[in-house]
Amino acid sequence: MPRPGFVLDVDRSTPPMLFWHGERFSLERLPADRSRVIYPAESFPGLEDPQSAIRDALENPLDMEPLRALLHANMKLTICFDDASLSLPKMRRPDSRQRIIEAVLDLAAEAGVDDVHIIAALGLHRRMHDYELRHVLGDRIFDAFAPNGTLYQHDAEDPENLAVLGETDHGEVLEINRRVAESDLVVYANVNQVAMDGGWKSLVTGVASYRCLSYHHNPESLQNTRSLMDRHHSALHHSIWRLGKVLRDSGPKVFQIESTINTDAFPSPFDFLSKREWEWTARDRMTYLATAKTLDRMPRRAARKIFHGIEAPYAMTGVYAGFTESVHERTLEDVYRQHIVEVEGQTDILTLGVPFISPYNPESIMNPILVMCMGLGYMFNMYRNKPLVREGGVIIMTHPTYRDFHPVHHPSYIDFFDEVLADTTDPAVMSEKWEKRYAEDEWYRHLYRTGNAYHGVHPFYAWYWGAHGQQWAGKVIIVGGDPTAVRRMGFTPASTMDDAFELASDVVGRSPSITHLHVPSVLVADVK
Amino acid sequence: MRALQVQHNVRRFGAARLLSVTSPKASARIAPVHLRNVDDPPEPAGLGWSKVTTRLAGICGSDLALIDGHASTYFEDFVSFPLIPGHEIIGELESGQRVVIEPVLGHAARGSVPPWESAAPADGDDYAHLVRGHLKPGIQTGFCCSTGGGWAPWFWAHDSQLHRVPDDMSDETAVLVEPLAGSVHAALMATQHTNHHLTDTESPIIAVLGAGTMGLGAIAAVRGALPNARIIAGARYPHQMRFAKGLGADVVAPGDELSRAVRRMSGAHRIGASLSSGAHATINAVGDSASIALSINITRPRGAAVVLGMPGDTKLDLTPLWHREVALLGAYTYGTEHIDGADVRTFDLALALAERIDAERLLSATYRLDEHVEALAHAASAGRRGAVKIAFDLREDH
Repeated sequence: MPRPGFVLDVDRSTPPMLFWHGERFSLERLPADRSRVIYPAESFPGLEDPQSAIRDALENPLDMEPLRALLHANMKLTICFDDASLSLPKMRRPDSRQRIIEAVLDLAAEAGVDDVHIIAALGLHRRMHDYELRHVLGDRIFDAFAPNGTLYQHDAEDPENLAVLGETDHGEVLEINRRVAESDLVVYANVNQVAMDGGWKSLVTGVASYRCLSYHHNPESLQNTRSLMDRHHSALHHSIWRLGKVLRDSGPKVFQIESTINTDAFPSPFDFLSKREWEWTARDRMTYLATAKTLDRMPRRAARKIFHGIEAPYAMTGVYAGFTESVHERTLEDVYRQHIVEVEGQTDILTLGVPFISPYNPESIMNPILVMCMGLGYMFNMYRNKPLVREGGVIIMTHPTYRDFHPVHHPSYIDFFDEVLADTTDPAVMSEKWEKRYAEDEWYRHLYRTGNAYHGVHPFYAWYWGAHGQQWAGKVIIVGGDPTAVRRMGFTPASTMDDAFELASDVVGRSPSITHLHVPSVLVADVK
Repeated sequence: MRALQVQHNVRRFGAARLLSVTSPKASARIAPVHLRNVDDPPEPAGLGWSKVTTRLAGICGSDLALIDGHASTYFEDFVSFPLIPGHEIIGELESGQRVVIEPVLGHAARGSVPPWESAAPADGDDYAHLVRGHLKPGIQTGFCCSTGGGWAPWFWAHDSQLHRVPDDMSDETAVLVEPLAGSVHAALMATQHTNHHLTDTESPIIAVLGAGTMGLGAIAAVRGALPNARIIAGARYPHQMRFAKGLGADVVAPGDELSRAVRRMSGAHRIGASLSSGAHATINAVGDSASIALSINITRPRGAAVVLGMPGDTKLDLTPLWHREVALLGAYTYGTEHIDGADVRTFDLALALAERIDAERLLSATYRLDEHVEALAHAASAGRRGAVKIAFDLREDH
């Protein structure tokens, strides 16, 4: 039985804590008697037979007929799936999506369905490379569908292939992929790594247009999202659920399949990452030292290649199918069971070790905007009820925050950093003043549609993702970050953790209480 | 008189050139420029010569190129040694009238027939007069051994070169008039070329590379000539960025971000190293190979790239020039501008511009002639040291 997550109060005997620092690690000693570390639960065991669990879910769906009964010859069937932003790191083959889609295709074949399209629901993310599609879907699906053009990627900028399905009572227009809109049945194959994922968000963001996404991917929604991991207190999710209702009432029949995974993110020799520091064996310490020293000496590009080459030994822990809302509630129960750690009260400081990866840089570079997005967006939002740090407190992140961008994947991020952040770091101001120009820039549009670039507006969305954290914190400090890049984002650079605590004292005094969110793996702090 | 004199010494030019890469000060020391007692130059033959007492004389990039051996061999036949440099000059006539010098030694100064009656010294389409007549070869005051130059207590200037300085204009402002005239000329070349490619509702995009004196002047001149222009400036140092913004640039970017800034403003696509479209015109106030190549690549097809200031020996792939049909134009100096059907002297426009932008703020430091090593070193690293224009101050009461 895996041990649950827990809160460690730091005393003089507590060893230094592991912090991610991009493609490197550091061990940081936290002040005794006023620091605590939130540890995630140990990884849950995977399903013994995922294949039969999937088949069982398809035969016994929640609040819908079995998939077999929904399939018939001469129908239009569209299968959508989560893109390369999930899972992080990418899971070992076979990916859960491959298992699910293969099972769906088997049933479709039995029913004589021959009009099947498979669409990567990437929203405004970059198009996946063919090798990524093969990794997620497997060779069999790729080879059967890609050559004849029935496996493709959603294009949010193709007006011919978008359709309006209706409008919410808030005036939000649901505009989605035309093939999806006109299908007799849409099956969605999801990987739910965190509580933010899944539900109506899968289709309503994954196959939507920019116009449709802009109703909820905006500063106002994100600043009122408390938190991204708690959809009942998230303005973003409220909007998405309203659009989901339009989809349910006016759109095609949707058969949602959601799967959860455990938290086995790193294979050997990175096992020490998922252990608690005081339980490290001599071998773990040696491995840590050897790994850390090697990474320190290695060119950043080489270290990046190693980390992005990692295939996580994730195992499927659950799979549910049927009506989207019913499925998602069950999924969330499973996700929370794995991730929730109960925590008493807030502290003055929250420390976060920011890793080499975020949902928006698979096989790519963690540029400064993504550091902000990962730290203040994802990691800060790993809470229910209230944030781990008090309002006006200090968030300290560790990351090199190098001014380095992937020119193919993130072309508009470079301009966003040079132009927009030089002008303002205020999400509302940049939204008003700059967003439209980037969203409608023909070059970005061309690169998004034909290359492997994130949509021109995407750096704005990444920035808005951190809007709540940015608004909440009295000061944000990045330890070991490139000072110019850190200052450009409106944050404070610090050379060491002690230096950061010293800088934080201007805001929270000389003896602040501190919470460290231990990463990996994933947890959601339920703060009482 | 004691003056800074440059002698033709190939070995010292070579040594100065080598040292200029690592140490501007050592380069200035080894260069064949010395403060020495020189014979007073005799009054040149012909009518209209006046003795001008130097008040301030600027140090130009072309002066530095000559001294540290970077100047093109093209000019070998257009200069005469030993020479006294200095062509950015505010001086005083024997009558007490302050004047700025339009330094080109044109037809009138050399006793030749001007190309038309009211032609400015640099006008015309035949440069034969530059090496003929009763003066030794020399394109300008400061490059001709017959007239002397501004890095001396006095020199000879022809009536055709004199422009009266308004009484309320400071010497510090007036010394910037000559480089600003060059900037105005380049700006007008760029804007006039731009007009051919614009729709009625379109605002032209002008990119200016380099934010030294001439680049900054070009920004201000474009802003004056085309108030609706969208100006993007490439600047390296923080003080240059501040000046560029203050003088009218809409967007200021470091040189390595300039291409992206032009792309954003023009809505172009990026195709390899070049843009699918770009600025209507580009003014290059840097002059090296990389910057000229960049200028061509960020100028829209059939636009113009104007090279302002003196370029050196450059190596360019001209394929983009050919493919984009970009006009690569040199902007050597100034003369007569044709604006809205009227002829205007560039210097008159520059005098007005100097006043409008309070050009005095661009003069960063002045030195006495005997501090020439420090002065030349400062001018050679002006950007890095937070400066714009360095000048010699020969006023007795300063």
